[in-house]
Amino acid sequence: MTDTTATGRHLPDRLDNPVKSAVLSWESLLVLVALAIFIANSFASPYFLNEWSLSDMTFNFTEKALIALAMALVIITGEIDLSVASIIALASTMMGLALQVGADTPMLVAVGIGVGILCGAFNGFLITGLKLPSIVVTIGTMSLFRGVAYIVLGDQSFKGYPASFSWFGQGYVFWVISFELVLFLVCALIFYVVLHHTNFGRRVFAIGNNATAARFSGVRVDRIKFVLFCLTGLMSGLAAVLLTARLGSTRPSIAEGFELEAVTMVVLGGVSILGGSGTIIGVVLAALIMGLVTFGLGLLNVPGIVMSIFIGSLLIVVIALPILFRMWRQRKA
Amino acid sequence: MTDLILTLSGISKSFPGVRALHNVSLELYPGQVTALIGENGAGKSTLVKTLTGIYQPDEGEIRVKGEVVTLPTAISASDAGITAIHQETVLFDELSVAENIYLGHAPRNRLGMIDWKTMRNEAQKTLDAMAAGIDAGIPLKELGIAKKHLVAVARALSVDAQVVIMDEPTAALSQKEIEELYVLVELLKQDGKAILFISHKFDEIFRICDRFTVFRDGEMVGKGFIKDTPENEIVKLMVGRSVDHIFPQREAVIGGTVLEVKGLSHPTEFEDISFEVRKGEILGFYGLVGAGRSEVMQAVFGMTQIASGAIVLDGKAIAPKSPADAVEAGIVYVPEERGKQGVITGEPIYRNVSLPSLDKTSRGGFLRMAEEFALARTYTERLDLRASSLSQNVSTLSGGNQQKVVIAKWLATLPKVIILDEPTKGIDIGSKAAVHEFMGELVSQGLSVIMVSSELPEILGMSDRVVVMREGHIIETLENKNLQPETLVRLAAGIAKEKAA
Repeated sequence: MTDTTATGRHLPDRLDNPVKSAVLSWESLLVLVALAIFIANSFASPYFLNEWSLSDMTFNFTEKALIALAMALVIITGEIDLSVASIIALASTMMGLALQVGADTPMLVAVGIGVGILCGAFNGFLITGLKLPSIVVTIGTMSLFRGVAYIVLGDQSFKGYPASFSWFGQGYVFWVISFELVLFLVCALIFYVVLHHTNFGRRVFAIGNNATAARFSGVRVDRIKFVLFCLTGLMSGLAAVLLTARLGSTRPSIAEGFELEAVTMVVLGGVSILGGSGTIIGVVLAALIMGLVTFGLGLLNVPGIVMSIFIGSLLIVVIALPILFRMWRQRKA
Repeated sequence: MTDLILTLSGISKSFPGVRALHNVSLELYPGQVTALIGENGAGKSTLVKTLTGIYQPDEGEIRVKGEVVTLPTAISASDAGITAIHQETVLFDELSVAENIYLGHAPRNRLGMIDWKTMRNEAQKTLDAMAAGIDAGIPLKELGIAKKHLVAVARALSVDAQVVIMDEPTAALSQKEIEELYVLVELLKQDGKAILFISHKFDEIFRICDRFTVFRDGEMVGKGFIKDTPENEIVKLMVGRSVDHIFPQREAVIGGTVLEVKGLSHPTEFEDISFEVRKGEILGFYGLVGAGRSEVMQAVFGMTQIASGAIVLDGKAIAPKSPADAVEAGIVYVPEERGKQGVITGEPIYRNVSLPSLDKTSRGGFLRMAEEFALARTYTERLDLRASSLSQNVSTLSGGNQQKVVIAKWLATLPKVIILDEPTKGIDIGSKAAVHEFMGELVSQGLSVIMVSSELPEILGMSDRVVVMREGHIIETLENKNLQPETLVRLAAGIAKEKAA
């Protein structure tokens, strides 16, 4: 460090004020939005402000949000995985089959997570090995994985999961704090550290900003992308365990539409759909907002179809907002 | 003078930090082919873009048939009778041949709609007059590159262009197709068009051109009749050393072989490439654009896979399957396409610099920001990077400073061999000098440098030895002692030694 100032030009680490940029960030806006919806909900329904209602509310997003954590990393690299909900269906179906042949609870969990990882690895192989675009591959596997579930189950369903297994989806760790919520918070912390404080996370951002230059900089782009697709598979498998345990049954239509909600959480959380930027904190806040909104609408007896209209509109708005904002700033400049 | 079709006088054009054209003039005569000759970066492309309405000159005037014109848009250039045929033809694959020929000036019927029948017939007539053997009704994408050139020529004929600019039209053609193109050039000449022919290949210039104009460093340095001028005279005009840039003097202390490349071959790009780089040496790679130099370097860097051959680094055979492997072994590459391959735009300076060195700055895979900033600061300050802070986004830096970020990134990995591909292309004079000086420093510290460059002064000013490539082969490896620029140009372009002329 001593001889480097010989050129007479010193470069500071940063010029902008980190506190100021944190206050003006997308995340702080999300906090305000979450608070506003929370207040609106408590006025809209007398049943909302109750510890058990709030606990129920978390079940609205934990499974999807677990997937959104991994999806965030995939989208930051400029890829997408639309097969996640179908991975849940396949993993859940395989758990049901395992149950039929007498698997115990640890075995069921292993099957769910294992199938998830395998599905993710299959996606990853097609995308990084055969160089196919991820949007095409995962639309294909979206049909493929769920199709297998339908072939196995037809219009039947698997039931009779053991009580020790149901705990994963229905149990409480402490007071009104569910196992699902605790697991999500732990995973969110892990993903936060991985994305923002490790070499791996740094490379994920580099790939999203410019995959070619990242490769030219010695980043093993394909390997990292493969790992990320396995990771979304794993998280989908985990979500399959929770959801199956919570519902107590497996139907082939399980988790339909989860992929859109997960993508919406990621994008609402401030992750650029074009890749290269985003934060885990934003995704967690977005998950909370989605949970608050859908739960609030549910308390008001708004039908499911309206909610799906709402989620679709939200997805378009949050993708359009940054683009409109940029256009507005360019016109001003 | 009255029969001049196009006259340029006093044309100047500058870009931030770069003077692309300075007070140049050019005359084009009807029924004659004028060659525009110059090294890469001499200003030929800028001139073509000025003539086709893409760039506006800062100064000077353009006259078509004696009348001063301004060309604010591509359409106005086309209206003035100027059309260009590019190296990679700019046509529309999904449209039919006739549509391509008449795009923008299609015949119309009384209702103002496109008169498809007339268009098709006229297009076919034009093509038949050229003996092109093309059906005007088929989609353009069904044609090969040579036939596409014919369509471009037909378009030039149909718009009644007075001036046809051909920008390296033969670069992608086979010998037979080139012969067909020559016939067309004759046809255009007979039609009284004025043709500007841009080419690096001396054989074709001497074959079809009547006059020549030579550019060097953005200035017009000579013109005349081809048949009155011996080849070496033109070469001399082309390469005459520019005096405004002085290369660092250095005492080369050259050690043993560090990198040895043996019989490297690629299915399509290059064949049987062998060379070695020694410790403390700058090895220059000279050749025309497309000679395969970058492709060889990217293969050594693990970016492209080779068919056969061996790479030996410090006595150990290596087979890099990816850049990551090459970097680990100690070979780094500064790519020519800085914006696409060099810097990660959208990320700050320090993240660009630390990316390949993260394993060094982190502990157990966890980032340590203080170490990272220190690393970035050490290397960027050594290169005298001009930025406001290390968190500045690289996309806001000038080309020269982006290049410094790329070089800093690689130096931080403590490499053994650094490959620089056109290291000073498109960067300002000041940064150029800084990069050159730094290369001198690197070798004095015992690094080995491979420098791919198309700029003769740079090759002659920096290299200890020069490898000349042509069409995927190494033609010769020369010691840079009393090396004449003419020799390199001859070898690179494939001109026979000192003809009797």
